[in-house]
Amino acid sequence: MEHKIEASTSNIMPAQFARSLYYDMARIRQFENRVVTLVDDNEIAGVCHEYSGQEAVAVGICGALTTSDIVTSTHRGHGHTLAKGGDVGRMFAELLARTGGYNKGRGGSMHIADVGIGIFGANGIVGAGAPIACGAAHKFKAARENRVAVSFFGDGAINQGVLHEAMNLAAIWDLPVIFVCENNQYAISTPLKEVTILDPYVRAQSYGMPGVCVDGMDVEAVYHAALTATERARTGKGPTFIECQTYRYFGHYTGERHMKMNYRSQEEVDRWKLRDPIKIWAARMMESGLCAQEDIEAIDAEVNIEIDRGVEFARSSPPPNPAEALDCMYAVPYPNTPAWGVEP
Amino acid sequence: MRQLRFLQAMNEAYHQAMGADESVMIIGEDIRGGIRGETKGLHGAFGDLRVLDTPISEAAFTGFATGAALAGLRPIVQFQVPSLIYVAFDQLVNQAAKMRLMLGGQANLPITYTLMVSGSRGGNAGQHSDNPYPYLLHAGFKVVCPSNAYDAKGLMIQAIREDDPVVFIASAMSLPQKGPVPEEIYAVPFGCGDVKREGSDVTVIAIGHLVPEALAVAERLAQEKNISVEVWDPRSLLPLDREGLLKSVKKTGRVVIYDDTNRTCGFAAELSAIIGELAFSSLKAPIKRVTRADVPMPFNLALEAAVLPKPQQLEDAILAVRSYAHV
Ligand SMILES: Cc1ncc(C[n+]2csc(CCOP(=O)(O)OP(=O)(O)O)c2C)c(N)n1
Ligand SMILES: [Mg+2]
Repeated sequence: MEHKIEASTSNIMPAQFARSLYYDMARIRQFENRVVTLVDDNEIAGVCHEYSGQEAVAVGICGALTTSDIVTSTHRGHGHTLAKGGDVGRMFAELLARTGGYNKGRGGSMHIADVGIGIFGANGIVGAGAPIACGAAHKFKAARENRVAVSFFGDGAINQGVLHEAMNLAAIWDLPVIFVCENNQYAISTPLKEVTILDPYVRAQSYGMPGVCVDGMDVEAVYHAALTATERARTGKGPTFIECQTYRYFGHYTGERHMKMNYRSQEEVDRWKLRDPIKIWAARMMESGLCAQEDIEAIDAEVNIEIDRGVEFARSSPPPNPAEALDCMYAVPYPNTPAWGVEP
Repeated sequence: MRQLRFLQAMNEAYHQAMGADESVMIIGEDIRGGIRGETKGLHGAFGDLRVLDTPISEAAFTGFATGAALAGLRPIVQFQVPSLIYVAFDQLVNQAAKMRLMLGGQANLPITYTLMVSGSRGGNAGQHSDNPYPYLLHAGFKVVCPSNAYDAKGLMIQAIREDDPVVFIASAMSLPQKGPVPEEIYAVPFGCGDVKREGSDVTVIAIGHLVPEALAVAERLAQEKNISVEVWDPRSLLPLDREGLLKSVKKTGRVVIYDDTNRTCGFAAELSAIIGELAFSSLKAPIKRVTRADVPMPFNLALEAAVLPKPQQLEDAILAVRSYAHV
């Protein structure tokens, strides 16, 4: 496995922060494992795209953000909302399509978002969040708010026109935006190598913004890249492009397990899993004396309880009332607007 | 009262709305240059951060407005010509129009989209003659289509104040039209149609720039044939003033819809269906539609005229519904 930038080995991080990075990654991992179970048990309908394997990206980036910074998320977005501080219970409730969910059961996995903690939509359309992040960043810049907007997207988005339009806008207007490309090597079954000649981060140069490539399995490396980028954004110097080399452990979506797809080999999957972001980070923390094995186990147990409680909360949350199916469309509804499918 | 052109009324609405609320901004192509006049003076008055000229990137500046709105601004997005919305269709339809419901109502999207020079202008051919509001209505946008300068200013002010995405159709043929416009800031509420001419024999529902045409036809028929035509202007297409519409239909029992959008699934089709469902027993004749034909606009002027709805067709339709009798 090749990486453009060597994993950072500096350990100037306070122990508490280092542990919080571990906690956040473990939380995403356990959350997604539970999602798979709930899908299998038919408690979750529709499609879920699990984030497992990519935890260091969301957690490393969001580790450099504050609550008032915002992100635009993707179809593979559970990790982003969790890393930004999302509540496990309200997330499960959304996946179970309950009123207690962040989107009151109107969004589901692909649109799960807590606007209050700065998730400006999770998007089922590849690349579509990038200009949305730019518009938010413009507000921050115009109001001198010292806030940053992050746009997450996959390697598949790198050939979407709107992403390039958005990168250009961010560059010409020095917007406080960070473009984070989660290069997990595939867009469904299409390998990036087959559809793109140069690495994604190289494209940043043509828009006049720094482009870096980091080991996306190393939370510390991602975090440091994000810190540099947020520093640049907050001091009015404009956008940065960060490519994170990573890998998804599950199929494109939960159901892929039951399909015989052979776009990647078991050997390749196993090779990436040797560099598991959570295990790497646990090992490094212990090596550096930031925590002991018992601390890791204690965190895992704590996360497990949080996940159990979250599922309990979701199950106890009532489903939405079908008579309210047209709610939330407009801030200001009018008679017959929106209209039902039959005359009332 | 002071007379202004439709275009000047838009310009005044922009200035007054931006002056009244500093969260209002405008974004689009050649806004500072103000190639047609509706954005004149905005850059000087409100500066770089509220008046943004973009590269030719419709998808990005449309999405940009969505993000700005989520962050608390009230953007006006100006499309230089209506067909450019197709380039930004994902950002309009999948993002802005769906976002509030998908978020479970967590945020509002107070965005105004202005579609400049909508409709045909004579010789602009296939890609510069569209009047695309049926697509946008279908997507769930609130849509206003003013027919005179007074409504243009008032509906623009309301569009900018509305807490939802609104599309403002600036019909090409309406832009130079002059009419009385008060100097103070005022709003024309949505969902309130307007009887532009009272009558008792036939209701003509006319949209946008076709309203003045319908009024001229009505006047002529009154003088030459002693037919009393009521001209009803919905002003906002969504929300639609059903009550006002049905009131006029029930009064006359005879309806012609005069609309410059395609026949198939055009706005006239929707109006006919509503009237058929809700006022069937009042109808004394089948509803007639005078619409645009179902083809892209051909370049040749005679062909263009053949495709567009025309006053003569409207007159024929009025006479036909007027003389219709069940056998
Ligand atoms: C514009 C668009 N085209 C196609 C799709 C269907 N689709 C959903 S996810 C996906 C692959 C996305 O790959 P990538 O951006 O690398 O994200 P990943 O799934 O690997 O996280 C595709 C093609 C879509 N949702 N949006
Ligand atoms: Mg991918």
